[in-house]
Formats: sequence, structure tokens, C-alpha cells
Amino acid sequence: MEQMTYTISIYAENNVGLLSRVSAIFLKRHININSLNISLSEIENVSRFVIVVHITEEQVQKIVKQIEKQIEVIKAFYHTDEETIFQESALYKVSSKSLFEQRHIQNVIKKSHANIVTVNPDFFVIEKTGFREETEQLYNDLAPFGLLQFVRSGRISVTKSAMEISHILKELSD
Amino acid sequence: MKSIKTKSIQELKSPGQPIIGAEAVVRCLVAEGANLIYGYPGGAIMPVYDELYKFQDYIHHVLVRHEQGAVHAAQGFARVSGNVGVCMATSGPGATNLVTGIADAMIDSTPLVCITGQVPSHLLGSDAFQETDIIGISTPVTKWSYQVTRAEEIPEILAKAFYIARSGRPGPVLIDITKDAQFASFDYSYKPCRSVRSYKPVPETDLNDLKKAAELINSAKKPLIVWGQGVILGKAEEEFKAFVEQSGIPAAWTILGASALATEHPLNVGMVGMHGNYAPNLLTNECDLLIAIGMRFDDRVTGDLNTYAKQAKIIHFEIDPAEVNKNVTVDVAVMGDVKNTLAAITPMVESQAYKDWLHRFDELDKIEFDKVIDTELNPTKPGLTMGEVIKAINASSGGDAAIVTDVGQHQMIACRYAEFTTSKSNITSGGLGTMGFALPAALGAKMGAPEREVVAVIGDGGFQMNIQELGTIFQTQAAVKIVILNNDFLGMVRQWQQLFFDKRYASTEMVNPDFVQIAKGYFIEAKRVDNREDMNAAVEEMMRSDKPYLLEVCVEKENNVFPMIPSGASVSDIRLE
Repeated sequence: MEQMTYTISIYAENNVGLLSRVSAIFLKRHININSLNISLSEIENVSRFVIVVHITEEQVQKIVKQIEKQIEVIKAFYHTDEETIFQESALYKVSSKSLFEQRHIQNVIKKSHANIVTVNPDFFVIEKTGFREETEQLYNDLAPFGLLQFVRSGRISVTKSAMEISHILKELSD
Repeated sequence: MKSIKTKSIQELKSPGQPIIGAEAVVRCLVAEGANLIYGYPGGAIMPVYDELYKFQDYIHHVLVRHEQGAVHAAQGFARVSGNVGVCMATSGPGATNLVTGIADAMIDSTPLVCITGQVPSHLLGSDAFQETDIIGISTPVTKWSYQVTRAEEIPEILAKAFYIARSGRPGPVLIDITKDAQFASFDYSYKPCRSVRSYKPVPETDLNDLKKAAELINSAKKPLIVWGQGVILGKAEEEFKAFVEQSGIPAAWTILGASALATEHPLNVGMVGMHGNYAPNLLTNECDLLIAIGMRFDDRVTGDLNTYAKQAKIIHFEIDPAEVNKNVTVDVAVMGDVKNTLAAITPMVESQAYKDWLHRFDELDKIEFDKVIDTELNPTKPGLTMGEVIKAINASSGGDAAIVTDVGQHQMIACRYAEFTTSKSNITSGGLGTMGFALPAALGAKMGAPEREVVAVIGDGGFQMNIQELGTIFQTQAAVKIVILNNDFLGMVRQWQQLFFDKRYASTEMVNPDFVQIAKGYFIEAKRVDNREDMNAAVEEMMRSDKPYLLEVCVEKENNVFPMIPSGASVSDIRLE
């Protein structure tokens, strides 16, 4: 079976230890997590995990069932890229000297539609949110000027279809 | 053994004033009916032990000799009684010593609540004396775990722990309680837990699935039932028997399903799996419908999945959605508690005779009897076989005994040949294969069902893995009957070495101590036999004793367990020799 990129979304109670429980499911199966993001969700006291993995559909189906089996998980889903709207954020720290000495860098920044977050005499920081290819393109474009630091966030995503978690929660508490 | 009588919650007055967390722990246990617990004290759990001292009329605490003994004893108690087993340990090594038993309970779906002490919360993360991250260590092998750092949390968390451990597919829960939470005072009140909003223990049954399953069953010509422990855990033995008898379908069991249907039942066709019976294994690949009930298609059951029951339609009665299509893709999954789903489907099933199909089982049973069973149970050579010892136990117990086994050849022989008339009678470490399980589990089983005969059948290797629990058996005087089937080898590994490693017996021969002398050192009556005449009489004598008793039987050193499906081979490739 062909491997694909899947986004796993988990709605869960906000509890210490759940991250370890979820990550152990991947570890037990020797599956690498490409990215992981945890934040609050649209529902009070409910966290949302967004996990990106590159595996087969059979694997992702089994993993989602194992995740959902965890006591504190309310619901878990998996989606393909086509079924979600997703973004990543990246920060690029570049020395200020290059901004002034190498004019071309200004064109790169302009062309990329990135934002300059901060500038000071020593360095400046650029922020770019978008698809992986876009943040990678900017990385490649900036690399020749010397990147002092680079970091990229985990994927965050929302689904195109409705997520009826509030409905599920209401059913559960009834 | 003195009978253990404890007072009930009705006799316990509510405190009427703030109490400390440690007392709350004990009161919660009383409220949950946990009047028999196993454990070992130590620094970080001492406040709770102090309360156990005060509440000893309500809770009987059994002091084991090693924490692994506590958790296996709690497992034995849970498996024989169907109730939640409880064990307790201190922080650090006390807690880590529980881990093997917790993993065992996880894979065999045994309801446990394990309570561990933890260093005071202000020392968490400081590498304090006997601090260990037991939550982190136990996470992958617990159904749920929680670290309590405030006394106020104790009633709610313990109520939740018992609810989660016993509901749905049961499993072990670990609650770690910091020492300051045990000492802090608060206003106690207890409310049993009846639901957790993010947790659905039993999935809904879809009536359409039941209908589809009934259609498949009614149109099958060669159906085969394979049942597992789900029937026992769901307390569905009656419903299961009614389904089998109504349908007339032959039924085979996984190792953990054993005893849910009496051995002598005419439709009980034996054990599936690596050392199971010839007929149900071979006919798994001949049946046109496989009805899996409360089982999980373990690799020891299925062998090579690519050649497992490919010709058959498959129905899976299951409570855990994660088990459906995990190893074997099924045609119909009937979700829910088997107690309900079996009761619902039985009236939808037409009674049939399957005469020719049942005849196939008889034919193959005959082959297995001639090639394997006869020589194991009725040997003519001088050396004792393990099978004839089990036969002697059957003869003496009439099949009413609970048989507790360890892991290895003796386990397979005991599961193959033990006769069961009563459910919850085959207590063994199935999924994890934990050597050292049987001795403490037998103690727990005897205390969980004092009216029953409990026979631990153990190899010489596994016996020495928790041999110290003889001390607990001596102290409690629990009348466990211990049979060591001694072949001076780690027999199952030796068998594999013989068959698959050209007889290179690497580290499997054991130079053993005098087990009888060791038992006598613990003031446990003991005897050794090495010939047929003495063996039968000795088993009889052991079974008649009302005290703990150890019988060492010196069996043939290099016998093998057959039939056998070599690891990774197809169930069709089952070998008789």
C-alpha cells in the first residue's frame, strides 16, 4: 500500500500525560511523527492535536483507532491534504549586515510576501506562513545570505468538512 | 487458611471531620468493595499503610515478598473472581517492580487498580530518593494512569480508576499519589464514577450488523466459532452456550477463552493456536464462515495472516473498535458487549446439524489422538510425561479446579489437557507470556475463590522467577496446590532449539535446587515423585490436603509439545511430530 501524508486531528481533554500516551502509540509501531502541534480548540477545555505522518492508509486507520481508545481522547480523525486547509509558520533570523550590503535580499523578501517581525542593528527576523514548499523556497533563497537561525512550526490545519465535536460532547455528557 | 472476613462499607461511619488523603485512599477502597489487596510498604506509601493498620477490619492486606508478586496476585484474584484486583507499592523500585504485571494485565485485559506512593510534590523532578517517573514508565502499558498531587483529588480519581479498570474492555489503571497528598487534610466525600465524558466503554450495536451476521451464519455450510476471553470478561458464558447450542456450530477456544464452555461440551472442539488442537487449526482453513467472539486474532492464534482463513467469511463480535480489522479484515463486525450481542443474535439463528462438518473434526481428532494425545496421556515408556500429571489432576478434581499456569511447555500441556467444568478456571499469562506469573497468581486466585481448588502448574524455570512468594503462601496459609513439572530445562526454548537451532541448547539446561527442601524451609508440605505409581498417589494426596502443598514431579527431560504451528507458518502447516 502506498504511503501518503495524513493529518491526524485529535480532540482531547486537556490533561498532563496525554501527549506521552499519544506519542507512545507511534513509538510502539516505529512510526516517525513529521510534525506535531497542540493548541486549544474551539471548545473550552478541549485541546486539539494536529499530527502529520507519512504512512499507509491502513496504518493511519489503525493508529487513529488506538488514539481514540485512549480514555481522554474525545475523537480522532485523519485526513489527506486535499481534505484540509493547512499552514505552517517559519521564522528566519538573518544578520542585519546582509540586508544592507546585499540589496538582492530585499527582493527575495518582497517576492516571498514574508513579514519582517523585528529589525535591530545586529539581526532581523522574517516570518513566513504558508505551505511547506513556500517556507522551503524562502529558506533556499535566504540560505546563500547566511541564516543565523531557522525554525518552522508544526502544521496547523482545519478540515473542509464540519467537525461535530460539540455535538459529540453533548451526546457524551447526556 | 483462616477465612478472611471484613466489615462492609455500611459499617463504616463517615468521618464527620476533615481526613487526610491516606485515609481517603483506604475509605475509597472500602467503598469500592476492595477488601483484599496485595502490596509492599515503603517510604512514599507509608501514610496509606498507617491507615490500612487502622482499617484492618475493613481491608485485608497481604504482604507479598516482591512487588511483582503483588501485581500477579491481584491479577489471579481478578481473573478468578471477575472483580478488580488491587495492589499497592511504594515509589521508585516498588513501582517499577509492578511494571511487568501491569503489562501482563494490559495485554490480557485484566482489571487492576495499582496504587503507588510518590515523593512529595515539591520534590518531583528533583531526582529525590526513590523517585521514578512511574507515570511515564507505565503509560504504554496502562489503560489509564494519573498522578495525584492534591488530597482533594483522591475520591474522584480513585472512583474513576475503578470505573475505567472494570468497564468496557477491562485493563490496568495506575494511580500515583504524592506523599504530601497522602498527608494533607480535606473534607471527604465519595461518589462512585458512572461515566467519563471522553470515554465510551461499550460501542453501540448496529442492528444491521446483527442481521448481516445472522444471514451469514444461516447460510454457512461449514461454520466455525473461535471464542476468546471476551466471553468470560463479558460474563456471557450462558449467552454463549445458548448461541452455540442453538446454532449447532462447533466452537474452538483461544488460550484465554478456555473454561468459558465446559471441556466436555459436545460442540467444544478444542484449542486453536500454536499448540492447539489439530482439527480446529486445520479446519480454520476449511471453514466457510469463521465467527470470532471476544478474541483478538493474536499471532499465536493465526500463524501467517496471509494464509489465515482466506476462504472464509469472517464475523467478529468485539467490544474494542481498535481490534476490528487490526490483524484480520472481517466481513461483518458486530460491535458491543457479547453478553448483549450474543443474546440478540441467538433467536435469529436457525438450528442446524452440520453432520458432515462435525465429522471432519472427529476424523482429525482421531489422528491427533493416535499421534499425540495417546502417548502424552497414556505413555508406555518409563519417563513421566507432563500430560499424565494433568490427567491425574483432572481425575482428582473432576474438572472443578482452577488451573493456574506459568509460561512454557507445562502451560501448553496444561491448557491442552486440563478439563474444565467451571468458567474462570484457566488462569495463565497469555499475551505477555510472563514467566513467574503462576505462583503469585495462584495465591491471588485461591484468596479470590477460597471455596475452590486452585492448582498452580509451573515449570522449574518459572517457579524460580517468583519463588519468594512461597513466603507469602506460608504466611497466609492459602491452600494453593503447587505442581512443579520439572524437566531441568527451560523446556519450550529447548524445544525450539531442538527443532529450529540444530539442538544447540544455549543456556536452557538448569541445575536446580532441591525444591522440596525449599518448600520445607517455608514449612510448606512437599513431596517429590519421579515414577508413575507414586505420581498418581501423590497427586491424590496433594489434592486432599487442606493446606498449601508443593509436589515436584520429575518429568522426561526432552519431551516436546505437539501439535505445533511453527512461528510464522500457516495454521494449515500444523505439525504432529
